[in-house]
Amino acid sequence: MRAREESKWWIELACNAVLVLAVAFALYPILWVVTLALSPGEAPQRGVIPVPVAPSLEHFDAVVLARGDDGSLVFIRQMMNSLVIALTTATTAILIATPAAFAMSRFRFVGKGSTTLALLATQMFPGVAAAIPLYLILDAVGLIDTLTGLILVYATSAVPFAIFQLRGAFDGIPVDLEEAAMVDGATRFEAFVRVVLPAARPALAVTALFAFMTAWNEFILAATFLSREEVFTLPVVLQRFVGEHHAHWGRFAAGAIVVSVPVMALFYWLQRHLVSGLTAGGVKG
Amino acid sequence: MVIRCVLVAAVATLTLRDVRKQFGETHVLRGIDLDVEDGELVVLVGSSGCGKSTLLRTIAGLEIPTSGEVSIGDRDVTKLAPRDRDVAMVFQSYALYPHLRVRDNLSFGLKLKKTDAAIIDARVKEVSQMLGLEALLDRFPRELSGGQRQRVAMGRAIARRPSLFLFDEPLSNLDAALRAEVRVEIKRLHAELAATMVYVTHDQVEAMTLADRLVILNDGKLEQQGPPLELYDHPDSKFVATFMGSPAMNIFPATATDSSLRADGFTLPYEGPARGDVLIGLRPQDLVADEEGPITLTVDVMEAMGFEAYAHGRVGTLPFVARLDGQTRGITRGDAIRFSLPAARLHVFDRQTERAIR
Ligand SMILES: Nc1ncnc2c1ncn2[C@@H]1O[C@H](COP(=O)(O)OP(=O)(O)OP(=O)(O)O)[C@@H](O)[C@H]1O
Ligand SMILES: [Mg+2]
Repeated sequence: MRAREESKWWIELACNAVLVLAVAFALYPILWVVTLALSPGEAPQRGVIPVPVAPSLEHFDAVVLARGDDGSLVFIRQMMNSLVIALTTATTAILIATPAAFAMSRFRFVGKGSTTLALLATQMFPGVAAAIPLYLILDAVGLIDTLTGLILVYATSAVPFAIFQLRGAFDGIPVDLEEAAMVDGATRFEAFVRVVLPAARPALAVTALFAFMTAWNEFILAATFLSREEVFTLPVVLQRFVGEHHAHWGRFAAGAIVVSVPVMALFYWLQRHLVSGLTAGGVKG
Repeated sequence: MVIRCVLVAAVATLTLRDVRKQFGETHVLRGIDLDVEDGELVVLVGSSGCGKSTLLRTIAGLEIPTSGEVSIGDRDVTKLAPRDRDVAMVFQSYALYPHLRVRDNLSFGLKLKKTDAAIIDARVKEVSQMLGLEALLDRFPRELSGGQRQRVAMGRAIARRPSLFLFDEPLSNLDAALRAEVRVEIKRLHAELAATMVYVTHDQVEAMTLADRLVILNDGKLEQQGPPLELYDHPDSKFVATFMGSPAMNIFPATATDSSLRADGFTLPYEGPARGDVLIGLRPQDLVADEEGPITLTVDVMEAMGFEAYAHGRVGTLPFVARLDGQTRGITRGDAIRFSLPAARLHVFDRQTERAIR
């Protein structure tokens, strides 16, 4: 009895030690970024333990309140660009992928196999591989250097991805549930809206979050298709801080933190939707 | 409360006429005719894959028959959507809505019909009292035990007061003790609601104890129907004979003459109409231990359960099972036991058609 309790105590300590190490390992670079962002001037001294000397918000000030050539708050504008693009991409992906994924999960139709293959193919290549053809297409339709163009580009990869995610989720929702709803008096559409969608909520949340984050963080395509400051997204802006001629590491770090905050907030807010096993208990004993 | 429910509950008959269902080239239902009377509890049994669920789903409207006609009351519902049929179904998996509390699971159907909130409340209360769900109304399905989920599934069906209840193996996910309990409860509910019910199971005991009428399905066709004991005592075919009862009836090839039935290893006196090559059936439970009996069983395995015992072994070269008194002691492998069989308990079947010869 005693021996077992002691061994438990040891195991617990070991587990905690490992966890603390892992967390420290993951947090160390982030601490550095915070330190850089809070240290005034251009070259903070580099110690082993990153602690800002004489912390100041001067970099944040310079980044967030930056003014463009016309004197407007250009960073705020660029942040709105990023938000609009990421939100629209996520919404588009969910709106298109939900019915598509449901159809692929539940119905048999002509060309289902080849559709699946085609969708899979779009996921096999990195988006960058299509950068040049996409550029030519956007150019042809006059959407280079526009938010709409970038949203369309992001949607082309977000939609198939979302279809795969959601199809898996719908496959995991027993058909019995819809059938029960239909016997209970629902039309097929009502069964979908009132039973399937709520049961798929965690998957919808995760998929939307992924689409949002991918669009929010994407750099290469954004840098390729956007050349005017007013339409830049945040990753492009960040990159400019450490350009060829001058490296504003402090601003870069401050900007990086500002870029991360919305994603962290979103994660936090979606947490309650991320509880897995929402269908638990619906079927079987 | 319960009385009012009985009075309001719509009741109806169910009629199936030559219902056929085919999935691609697979014929699952091969022409089913069935009449269920108002307030009757019909139990459908049959081996796995014989089309029981398909038949039930066809009645519910979840499958459209390839041909044939389904009527509920005097309405032809063959082409109607499930929601327009006024039936309720209890699924084997229960299919509770995982995101809704018990209360909302119970009222789901009523809300879809835009029923008045006061009426919904009253029904939920009534049903939860009937099934002892009052304390669980605010829980989610995942917070319930298997037996509780089963109750909610039944409650959800009852709350809607449909004209017809359909059950697809509703107890198969429960353990034996709970199954026995819920079985009695279903019987009680049937009496209280006076509702028409079609109940699918492959559990012998459920079938025997619940059914007003038992319907045996074999390979997409009705094999035989009638009161459970009648099917047990007078099976029309070898299939029904071996399907009903456990352990299954012993079947032997035999030769019938004017006065006797001669099988491998024994001869029985016989005065029936059969002649020539036949199959004879002897239920393990019908055999009587008898020092002078014509049937000699060489024991391989004894199964003693206290209230009864079964001796497994061989008669002649064929396997054979016989029931013994539960308190039988001292029989071991290799022993020989002799049995006789009351003439009235003997079943004779045509060897080709496997139909009963009486
Ligand atoms: N949608 C379908 N497509 C093709 N075949 C099907 C379909 N549904 C059922 N079947 C076939 O029909 C036959 C009968 O199935 P059904 O589910 O009615 O059997 P069951 O009697 O309920 O069996 P069990 O006792 O195992 O539940 C099976 O052979 C099954 O494979
Ligand atoms: Mg079945």
